[in-house]
Amino acid sequence: MSQPIQRTNDFVIKFANVNGSGSASANMMFAKAILRMGVPVSPRNIFPSNIQGLPTWYEVRVSERGYLGRRGGVDMMVAMNPQTWDQDLKEIEPGGYLFHDSTKPLPKSKFRDDVTVIGMPLTEICNMAYTDPRQRQLFKNIICLGALSALLEVDPKEIAQLIGEQYKGKEALLRPNVHALQLGHDYALAHLECPIGLRVQRADRVGKRIFIDGNSAAALGAVYGGATVCAWYPITPSSSVAEAFARHCKRLRTEPQTGKNRYAIVQAEDELASIGIVIGAGWNGARAFTATSGPGISLMTEFIGLAYFAEIPAVIINVQRGGPSTGMPTRSQQSDILSSAYASHGDTRHPLLFPEDPHECFDMSTQAFDLADRLQTPIFVMTDLDIGMNERMCEPFAWDDSRRMDRGKVMTGEMLEAGTEFGRYLDVDGDGIAYRTYPGAHATRGAYFTRGTTKDRYARYSEEGPVYVDNMQRLLRKFETAKVLVPEPQLRPARQATRFGVIYFGSTSPSMSEALDLLDEQGLHVDALRVRAFPFSDQVSGFIAAHDQVFVVEQNRDAQLRMLLVNECAADPAKLLPVLHYDGTPITARFIVREISAKLAMFNVTPLRKVVS
Amino acid sequence: MTYLAKPRLHHPALSKNKIGYTRRDYEGAISTLCAGCGHDSISAAIVQACFELDIEPHRVAKLSGIGCSSKTPAYFLGNSHGFNTVHGRMPSVLTGANLANRELIYLGVSGDGDSASIGFGQFAHSVRRGVDMVYIVENNGVYGLTKGQFSATADRGSKSKRGVTNTDSAIDMVSIALQMGATYVARSFSGDKAQLAPLIMGAIRHRGAAFIDVISPCVAFNNHAGSTKSYDYVREHNEAVNFLDVMIGREPITAEYAPGELREVAQHDGSVLRLRKLREDYDPSNRVVAMNTLQERAAKGEIVTGLLYVDPDPMDLHANLNTVDTPLNQLGERELIPGAEALEHVNSALR
Repeated sequence: MSQPIQRTNDFVIKFANVNGSGSASANMMFAKAILRMGVPVSPRNIFPSNIQGLPTWYEVRVSERGYLGRRGGVDMMVAMNPQTWDQDLKEIEPGGYLFHDSTKPLPKSKFRDDVTVIGMPLTEICNMAYTDPRQRQLFKNIICLGALSALLEVDPKEIAQLIGEQYKGKEALLRPNVHALQLGHDYALAHLECPIGLRVQRADRVGKRIFIDGNSAAALGAVYGGATVCAWYPITPSSSVAEAFARHCKRLRTEPQTGKNRYAIVQAEDELASIGIVIGAGWNGARAFTATSGPGISLMTEFIGLAYFAEIPAVIINVQRGGPSTGMPTRSQQSDILSSAYASHGDTRHPLLFPEDPHECFDMSTQAFDLADRLQTPIFVMTDLDIGMNERMCEPFAWDDSRRMDRGKVMTGEMLEAGTEFGRYLDVDGDGIAYRTYPGAHATRGAYFTRGTTKDRYARYSEEGPVYVDNMQRLLRKFETAKVLVPEPQLRPARQATRFGVIYFGSTSPSMSEALDLLDEQGLHVDALRVRAFPFSDQVSGFIAAHDQVFVVEQNRDAQLRMLLVNECAADPAKLLPVLHYDGTPITARFIVREISAKLAMFNVTPLRKVVS
Repeated sequence: MTYLAKPRLHHPALSKNKIGYTRRDYEGAISTLCAGCGHDSISAAIVQACFELDIEPHRVAKLSGIGCSSKTPAYFLGNSHGFNTVHGRMPSVLTGANLANRELIYLGVSGDGDSASIGFGQFAHSVRRGVDMVYIVENNGVYGLTKGQFSATADRGSKSKRGVTNTDSAIDMVSIALQMGATYVARSFSGDKAQLAPLIMGAIRHRGAAFIDVISPCVAFNNHAGSTKSYDYVREHNEAVNFLDVMIGREPITAEYAPGELREVAQHDGSVLRLRKLREDYDPSNRVVAMNTLQERAAKGEIVTGLLYVDPDPMDLHANLNTVDTPLNQLGERELIPGAEALEHVNSALR
């Protein structure tokens, strides 16, 4: 039998629950209590497309070193769902722990020899303490939380504090919850061997960092980006962006004197109407956005082409999920790269921003509105379910009060009155961007007919070949301009010079940081470049040119970012080696290390030490 | 070629309205539609309505979808911003534009293909949201630009120019608008400008979702015997229930009077809709009665025209969303960006 795992502030615990059983809030408090003890955690909800009854999991990685990617493997399973028992049992690492409700005895065949089994009669305790069935269910989660706090030495005072914050002003709910917590904690101390080999110890590794999900952060970014119009259609995993925007606005955007709203949110009839509303508002000078996911992007493509060709600012927050078609609606992927970059028929290209965490969701969401106005075109914020729907520890949000909205080239009534020449599609300074007017700007000047058909520099309909080409060339110049406006990539050089590089983006970031540490520990040197936007800056093509082989790590089957790199940087495809993870679970450092070191071995690069797992 | 400019020289004796504009100031480029197209008469009625209401042209935003009707915004109000959007999606773009700036007048022009087929959903949903707009469907029962296919408003049993009989049921836009909660609903005929222009004026002054279905014969593809959208057929079957005159404060604007009992409806903005009853039993203030009457008359083969329903005190989308009085596109950093201190509060609540 394996020795029980002994690890402090570095383990993975997974809760197997039933959807709708009220476990979410107890799980969240578990993660947050550890965070309050100064130890970084990264929790992940793993849930089906279902409201009640199907299995869900909540996986918490505790990592004093601050690794926030999914690790893979489970050190302790809190098995509360009989339906998934066998599968859950299998997932536990040798030497790991199994916590379960022992009210009903299970045959020995249902357990593993190499796992420490901790049974607690949760149902029995609940049935004795409570009569109401709903209470029995809800408090069972809290009693379990109390027991875990004793087993893992999570400070129960931190949990009690969190309960206090959650039920502030609701005494009737607060007291019984604290009582249930105590009940579980005391039972475990009295009847179970506490603590086990997995422990949480106070540390000082969290600092000023905050804990928030990417969707709420992106929505807050829209508030700070000056968005006033939001149109959306419910779709997992993006719905909570619009819901969070409504919540933030209620608090931050109500006119104090009148109680009226400095924003408008419309839940549209479909994604077509959502983007149509955004385009109408953008045309008329308001900052507007929608939030959606892959299927929504597919529906919006005709309108996205209109916004590209008529040059109307729009922000689209694409919280990606598993495709194609309905695909895996509640799983994560980075598989809308191409469908977003080239959305719509004809020759179109759109800037994409790739946030790595909620902090960047906020930053890039605010920046997207400046870019949309400056470039007069749709801007995509490409997040995904892993970032969007999980709370993640990240740097606190920051704001400079001297920052002003960049509304781009807008010709005002005064400028028109002064006789400034206005051509809606006239490039006056070579950056490919023309001045626009807002409707109603001037009584006799500046009006034009916006259209998706081809037109000349003065917005007059024309199907003349040279006129069409002139306009299409200007749009290319504009895309060149975008190159220097979008966020620069971030370079993490290896400790010593190397001919190998790796390119990655978005939610792969935390696992990649960890993987780079692990590779380094093995003596494998790889320069890393995190791409933060499309169009790619010259730094990206420079990075590819500077290395013999570049791994491109992404979470889709077809290596979509690699295709974009081959296409847009004229990179030699033989140089770009895909590392692809696309089963719907977030990519892990273990996976990246295994793939990259295996590929390096093919180039006769051998690690100094063996791969750990 | 829609970019042809008309001569800017005006006859010096052209009459001006109260804000000093002549009728010519409300015109657009020369129409490229077929000679005799009903749509051009509707454009002329829009020009007349805006002239008579003393509207500054640049305070109107005109939006359309795709099709013959959707080309017409190029032919009126040349000093207004226009937006020729994508097929069937004018209503959503208009909704967004309206949210951005509540102070402009929003004129949506669409056709039966644009609004009853590909854009049926957007039409219905913009109406049920109560967007403050004038939504005109130039209804000819046929796809003109693609040369004569039936549209969804073509009556069952009517014949195409090639002699094919339509076997699908027709969508009655007016009935749908009523059911979706439009607060100003009218039907007219492009061949009857005296009836149409006041209906457009009343709709412009209405502060809610105003919908006008204008039967507008297609001279190229749907003006033959066997069509129920031809000039002859509509003239024969047109049953006007009332005649509208719009009064702003003082005296009636239109001088033409029809016989019949008078009824006045004061709209929220101060305008008065003076309705001369042509059918004794028709009550335009009762939605249910209006819907019933429309069904009964339609069964008899009549095309009911006039102001079919009006709610003088409607709620519009801005009222429902409780938006500020200042147009959203005029709010600046001070009103929109909560600042660093507020963000620090957000941060501290997330630890």
